[in-house]
Amino acid sequence: MPPLAAWFDLRDLGHYARSLLGWLSDDLGAPDWVTYVVSGVIGIVAILLWLLVSQLAFIWIERRIIARMQARIGPNRVGPRGLLQPIADALKLLLKEAITVRLADRPLFWLGPVLIFVPAMVVFAVIPFGKGMALADLNVGVLFVIAIGSTNTVAVFIAGWSSNNKFALLGAMRTVAMLISYELIQVLALLGVVVFSGSMRLGSVVEWQSHYNAWLLFLQPLALASFIIASAVEINRSPMDISEAESEIVAGYHTEYSGIKFGFFYTAEYFAGFAISAVTVTLFLGGWTAWGLEEWVPGWLLFLSKLYLVFFLFIWTRGTLPRLRIDQLMAFAWKFMLPLALLNVVIAGGEVLAWREGDISANVALPIFGAANAVLAAALIVGWGTFTGHLRPERRAKQAVLTQELGAVYYVPAGRHGVQPERPLREA
Amino acid sequence: MDDAGSVIAFWLLAALTVGAALGVIAVRDLVRALVLLITSFLGVAGLYITLSADFVAVAQVLIYAGAISILLIFAIMLTPRASRDNAETFLQIPGLLLAGLVAFTIGFISLQTDWSIAERGGFDETASAIGEALLSRYVLPFEMASVLLLVAMLGAIVLVRPEGTPEE
Amino acid sequence: MSVGLEHYLVVGALLFGIGLYLALAKRNFVGVLMGVELMFNAVNLTFVAFSRFVESDEPLSGHVFVVFVITVAAAEAAVALALAMLVYRNRETIDMDRINLLKW
Repeated sequence: MPPLAAWFDLRDLGHYARSLLGWLSDDLGAPDWVTYVVSGVIGIVAILLWLLVSQLAFIWIERRIIARMQARIGPNRVGPRGLLQPIADALKLLLKEAITVRLADRPLFWLGPVLIFVPAMVVFAVIPFGKGMALADLNVGVLFVIAIGSTNTVAVFIAGWSSNNKFALLGAMRTVAMLISYELIQVLALLGVVVFSGSMRLGSVVEWQSHYNAWLLFLQPLALASFIIASAVEINRSPMDISEAESEIVAGYHTEYSGIKFGFFYTAEYFAGFAISAVTVTLFLGGWTAWGLEEWVPGWLLFLSKLYLVFFLFIWTRGTLPRLRIDQLMAFAWKFMLPLALLNVVIAGGEVLAWREGDISANVALPIFGAANAVLAAALIVGWGTFTGHLRPERRAKQAVLTQELGAVYYVPAGRHGVQPERPLREA
Repeated sequence: MDDAGSVIAFWLLAALTVGAALGVIAVRDLVRALVLLITSFLGVAGLYITLSADFVAVAQVLIYAGAISILLIFAIMLTPRASRDNAETFLQIPGLLLAGLVAFTIGFISLQTDWSIAERGGFDETASAIGEALLSRYVLPFEMASVLLLVAMLGAIVLVRPEGTPEE
Repeated sequence: MSVGLEHYLVVGALLFGIGLYLALAKRNFVGVLMGVELMFNAVNLTFVAFSRFVESDEPLSGHVFVVFVITVAAAEAAVALALAMLVYRNRETIDMDRINLLKW
C-alpha cells in the first residue's frame, strides 16, 4: 500500500539520501569521492537547517516559558502572540552597527565569534539522529564530543583577549577557569557511560540501550546529573551564566561585541544547548529508540522530541534558579562534584566487573544495578553535601571575622534571625 | 595510501601544520603566536587521523589544544609586565643553524633508511587495543604516569602558593 | 602520487627543527615552552607514523608510547609554568636574556 510504504520510508530519512547517492554513483557513474562529498554536504546542510530553524523557534519558546514561570507574559507584540519575535531579534542584530574597537586585535577580534560556533556545530557530526542517520559515527565518538567541547575555552579566551578591555579579559579568565573545572566532571560522568556500554561509539551506546531495554538514565543517575550540570556550566547557561550576564562584569568576554558579532555568540549559545541536549539524549535517554516505539514513530522524531524535552529542562532551570557566584561554582565543582564523579566511575566499574565475571543474566543484574545506583546516588549526594556544607546551611561552620567586642558581623543561621548561636564562634 | 582523499588531506594538513609552526616563529605578538600554535596542534591531530590513529587524534585535541594551550594562556596572562612581542634572543643565528642541521639530519636519515613497510594498511579501531595494552603489558608505566601526574599537580600547587600562607 | 612513511617523517623532522629553533632562540619563556611542545608533537607524529607503516609484532605500541608522551608533556608543562610564575614573582620578568644569575 503506497501510503504505508511512504510512512516506512519517512522513518528512515537516510533512505532518500541513499537513493540520491545511488542515482549519482550507479546511473551517472560518478567516482567514489563525489558520492562521499555529496553525502557529507547533504548531512551538513540538513543539520544546519534544522539547527537554525530550531533556534529561531526556541528564541520565542524560551522567552515565553520563562515569562510564564516568572508570572509575566513575554513577547507578544511582534506578530500574532509575538511569534515574529525571533525575526525581529535577528533583524535588529543584523542592522545594528557592529563596532570594532580601534585598539582591538583585528584578526583575533574577527576570529572569536567564528570559533565559538565550532564546538556547537561539530558535535552534531557524531550524533545518531535515527537508524543509520549519523553523519560520521566515529569509533571514539564520546571522547570526540568532550574534545571538541574543550576547544570552547580557546574561543572564549580569544574573544576576551582581543577586545582589549580589562573587564572582558577578566570575564574571559573567569569563564576559562570555570570551563576547565567542569570539563573534568563531564569526562568522568561520560566514563561511567562508556564502562557500561563497552564502546565509545555513540551508535553502539544507543544500540546497547535498545538491546538491554534499559536507558542509561536508570543505570547511571549520578552520571546523568553530573553531566547535565557540568554541561550547563560549559555552555554558560543560567544559573551559571556568570560570565555573560548583564549585571556581572559588564558582559564578560563578549562585552565589546555588538551587532551581528554578538548575534553569533547568542546563536552559538542556543546551538551549544541543543548539542548538549542531543548528547544527553543519545547517551542517557536511549537516543532514537524508545522500547520498540521506533517501529511506528520515526526514530528521528523521537530523538527530536526527547531533545526538546531536555532543552526544556535547561529553560526551566534558567527561569527558576538564581545565578551562582564564581567562587560558589568553583567550590561546587572541585569539592562536591569531582569526588562524586570519581566514585561513580569506581562503582560503575565494579558493577560491570561483577556482571561480566559473575556471568549474571542481564534481566537480574540491571534492575539490581539500577536500584543500587539510585540509592547510592541519593545517599552520596545528601551525605557528601552535608559533609561539605552545601546542604543544611544551619549546620555549616561559621566564620567570624571580627569578634564580639568590636561589634561586628555574625553569620546567623537561616530562619533564626537575632538569635545568638550557642557554640562560640570560631576565631579567624 | 594512494587514494586521492588521503593524499589531498595529507598535503593540506601538512601545509597547515608546518605553516602554522613557521608562523609561531615569525609573528610579532605572543598571543597570536599562541593561536597559531593551537592551529598547529589541530593540524597534527588531523595528520593522526590520516594515519588512522583515532584515539590519539582525539586525545591530542583534548589535551594539547584544550588543556596545554590554556596553561600557556594562563602563563601569558599572569605575567603582565613581561614583554609580549615574541622577540628573539642573541642566539638567533646559532639556533637557526643548529635547528636546520638537526632537521636536515633527521630528514636525511629517515629518507635514506630502508624501513620494513608492512602491508597491513590502516587500523580499524585503536581505542580498545590501546586500553588493553595499557592495562596488561604497559601497566607499570601507566601507574607511574599517574603518580607522575599527581606529583606534578602537587608540585605546581606548592610552587605557586602565595607567600605568607601558614604551613599547617 | 601516494603518501608514504617518508612524507610523515619529513613533516616530523621539520616540526622538530622549528620547535628546536623556538626553544633556543625565543626571548620569552612561554615562547621557549611553545617550542618544547612542538618538539613533543613532532616526536609523537613520528611514532604514530612508524606504528602505522612499519611491520611489527605489536603495531599499537607506538600509540601507547604517544599516550605516555602526551601525559608527560602535560605534567611537564604544568610544572614549567609554575616555575615561570615563581621566577616572575621574584624577578618581575620572564625574559630568558635576563634570567642569568648563574652565569660565569
